[in-house]
Amino acid sequence: MDLSEINPVLLVASLMVAATPLLLAAIGELVVEKAGVLNLGVEGMMIVGAISGFAISVETGSPWLGFIAAAIGGAVLSLLFVLLTQVALANQVASGLALTLFGLGFSALLGQGYVGVKPPSMGEIHIPVISDIPVIGPILFQHDPILYLGIALTAAVWATLKYTRVGLILRAVGENHDAAHALGYKVIKIRILAILFGGACAGLGGAYISLIRVPQWTEGMTAGVGWIALALVVFASWKPWRALLGAYLFGGITVLQLNLQAAGVAIPVEYLAMSPYIITILVLVILSADKSSAPASLGRIFHASH
Amino acid sequence: MKFTSLLTSAAMALGLATTAMAEDKTKVGFVYVGPVGDGGWTYEHNKGRLAVEEEFGDKVETVFVESVPEGPDAERVMTQMALEGADLIFTTSFGYMDPTINVAKKFPNVKFEHATGYKTADNVSVYSARFYEGRAVQGHIAGKMTKSNTIGYIGSYPIPEVIRGINSAYVHAKKVNPDVEFKIIWAYTWFDPAKEADAASVLIEQGADVILQHTDSTAPQAAAQEAGNVITFGQASDMSEYAPFPRVSSIIDDWAPYYIARTQAVMDGTWESANTWDGIREGMVAIGEISDAVPADVKEEALALKAAMAAGEYHPFTGPLKKQDGSDWLGEGETADDGTLAGMNFYVEGLEGEIPQ
Amino acid sequence: MIVLEKRPQPSKAWSYATPLVAVLATMVCGGILFTLLGKNPIEAIGTIFWEPLFGEFAFYYRPQLLVKGAPLVLIAIGLSLGFKAGIWNIGAEGQYIMGAIFGAGAGLAFYPLDAWYVFPIMVIAGAFGGWLWASIPAFLKVRFGTNEILVSLMLVYVAEQMLASVSLGLLKNPEGFGFPGSRNLQAYDSAHNAELIAGSGMHWGVVTALIAVIFSYILLNRHMLGFHIRLTGEAPRAAKFAGVNPARLILFCLGLSGALAGLAGMFEVSGPSGVVSIDFNVGYGFTAIIVAFLGRLHPVGILLAGGLMALTYIGGEIAQSQLGLPAAAIQVFQGMLLFFLLAFDLLTNYRIRAARSEVA
Repeated sequence: MDLSEINPVLLVASLMVAATPLLLAAIGELVVEKAGVLNLGVEGMMIVGAISGFAISVETGSPWLGFIAAAIGGAVLSLLFVLLTQVALANQVASGLALTLFGLGFSALLGQGYVGVKPPSMGEIHIPVISDIPVIGPILFQHDPILYLGIALTAAVWATLKYTRVGLILRAVGENHDAAHALGYKVIKIRILAILFGGACAGLGGAYISLIRVPQWTEGMTAGVGWIALALVVFASWKPWRALLGAYLFGGITVLQLNLQAAGVAIPVEYLAMSPYIITILVLVILSADKSSAPASLGRIFHASH
Repeated sequence: MKFTSLLTSAAMALGLATTAMAEDKTKVGFVYVGPVGDGGWTYEHNKGRLAVEEEFGDKVETVFVESVPEGPDAERVMTQMALEGADLIFTTSFGYMDPTINVAKKFPNVKFEHATGYKTADNVSVYSARFYEGRAVQGHIAGKMTKSNTIGYIGSYPIPEVIRGINSAYVHAKKVNPDVEFKIIWAYTWFDPAKEADAASVLIEQGADVILQHTDSTAPQAAAQEAGNVITFGQASDMSEYAPFPRVSSIIDDWAPYYIARTQAVMDGTWESANTWDGIREGMVAIGEISDAVPADVKEEALALKAAMAAGEYHPFTGPLKKQDGSDWLGEGETADDGTLAGMNFYVEGLEGEIPQ
Repeated sequence: MIVLEKRPQPSKAWSYATPLVAVLATMVCGGILFTLLGKNPIEAIGTIFWEPLFGEFAFYYRPQLLVKGAPLVLIAIGLSLGFKAGIWNIGAEGQYIMGAIFGAGAGLAFYPLDAWYVFPIMVIAGAFGGWLWASIPAFLKVRFGTNEILVSLMLVYVAEQMLASVSLGLLKNPEGFGFPGSRNLQAYDSAHNAELIAGSGMHWGVVTALIAVIFSYILLNRHMLGFHIRLTGEAPRAAKFAGVNPARLILFCLGLSGALAGLAGMFEVSGPSGVVSIDFNVGYGFTAIIVAFLGRLHPVGILLAGGLMALTYIGGEIAQSQLGLPAAAIQVFQGMLLFFLLAFDLLTNYRIRAARSEVA
């Protein structure tokens, strides 16, 4: 056992990578939930994004087009959720689960020709001088562009929710859809846009796994990240920066656990693998004192004739 | 009622078709634990199935069901295949062991072949591959090529199959490089490419410049490629898309010769229950092309090692070997018996850390 | 312009007709999908729906429908009570796992004792395991107001790790040559949840599922507690005035659904499955949520929905082996079925009217 072999700088840098798919999906879902909609289909949208992005970037040779396709793919799948919950007024929990089931199968069908194919590489942004600063350089300035996009999205969502009229309307719809409707806001339309945004973000997160983090295509490769993203939103009590923190914490525990193993520390792996979930529960308990955070209309069906 | 009658006639046509086919064709069923698109374990078994189809053409009909959970679902799928006239059924995951035995009892005339298990019956054979022979070759190349003397190993779960591979790789790396050290990470998953990628980067960050993996995705290959100066080996399939570097060689599961031989045996009426554990010699374990990134002399030694195992002259676990706790395991010149290997639950001397329990 | 108009009363006729319409719509869309995959659509759909029920080997598949459907129904019945009251247990998968671990653990502790009381003790232990696991979110919700959706979901992953741990350690078969997984309970007569009549598929889990359906029906329609559950879901404020104790209701609903999920796991591990292994759980806990909604949270509806899901699973496997359809296509087909069932449900509660376009 030799803890000195764990390089904290590299640990932080790699946990940022591990956290990015989670963060992207969670930020999208956060907006959806802020609008008062609970979409449990994150895993399904992620995996569809993963294959759409993979297929398009292999076909075109451009990872950028791949990521755009992933966002579109995720959004198109979320359109099904829109049809079910916003048009047909079906139950959101069941619709989300059905969406995941459908997405897993659909992505596998789409991906049949892409097993064992290597996607084009996106490369890292390497800015001379600042990328080479010790410690800060590897942590902050030696990553792929999508990782920065994740952080930028977090900032944008935070600013939009907090300072803009759009954010205000979105929150109003999520807090009390009847009141928002009475004020003349188009509840359904706003929710549809939020769901589409969530789908696009989940798609990006999925493509981050299939194009950057792994990069390959195999069926079911998101392996449950979508579910953790759902937990993360609540963990973050619907606050974007806390989602970022939470994503790093989740990613960090996994990376740290692997680091400890590699350093030869005899840890009970299965108990450490449980720890992110147990910590989430503990944080939930602590945060539950703060009742103001959950959107009041979360998961409730809205119909104008009420 | 028209629609129903349509269905009936379709079903009847189907029923007739299958019965007719059963008469002159040998029907072979495959039960897979993962999707055929997993790029690893199931993918290779399915390649074996396709090889059977190619070999026998019209004389054979193959069927398969993928992503079958272990347990009652597997039992149902096997029963269904047997009912529909399968003559031979390959069940390709350890967890199918008891279901295979159960179904085999009900269909004494159908032959069953269970991969990686240990329970046999009159109509149930077991078969597995001596992957540890391939690990020996990997260990040799790894020991020779590591500059940091640190080799990273990604294991799935701590089960005999994986432990055997670690031991074999370690023994052979140590033989050519006494300073070598293994860092082992247990991923506790069969399949999670993202986690495998993380595990590989962690090992690389901690100084490993060779990564061995007992998980099926190419994620570690990509992580090694990004790091630049790390070598890897393909697992289960060739992973040649990462050749010549970082992937310098691979262990390939080649089930085709076995599947063809067993199908032939059923056709000839010579099928008998057997316990097969084949390796490099029989071609069930293949070593993927050793790329030019490996120095010529190392490549030659590795091929010689492979040839010695193929000729049956060399056993990867040949004494003197001690267990991790220092107790004697194999005396000078003694080779490990299959029983011990099958249930291997200890590290050999020199490996650090404990096997998680 | 088309508008939706809420019906004053849910339409009885549509509530019976929508499942049929949904199944027909799925057949059409699924048929298109199968055609695109190069298969004969009528043959494929016929195989999925017809073969398990009336095909050549229906004598085998019909009992299997019970085996596959029973855990779904048992879990879904428990969940539906909570869902009706607005209490969201989505971690039944974890409770199912814990039930199996506790149940099998209790049985294996007695191994190889041959006694009549082993099995009943396992039943109690299994129910207790599930109850315990569901009581965590229940307790946290009552005590701290923690969101039970998330806590119960998180506990699924904790339970999965526990399962891996006991399969490799505590419950590992000492005669298993070091391989993971417990002893096979099918080979231990006192602990084996065998078929009650050979070849019928009827095991104690199926019986318990049927009892649960009846029990739940009576509870909801004839019992004060059932009334309180419905009232809390439909009108929480009214429920408060009616003297419903929300804390007690949460503990009851979550605890009961956990116990039933635990029972399902215990019956599965001691019967059809036989062993505790790393991959023991196959998603019954999540599928049961869908079953509960497809059955509109009504006991009889859940029974039918569980049967329908089991049918698509078994028919799907037959279609895979007979027609070479990929498993993914079956998954998509199931997804479509769920979409249509959920979407057409609209017609039960709403009327679609062609209205003159008005300026809003």
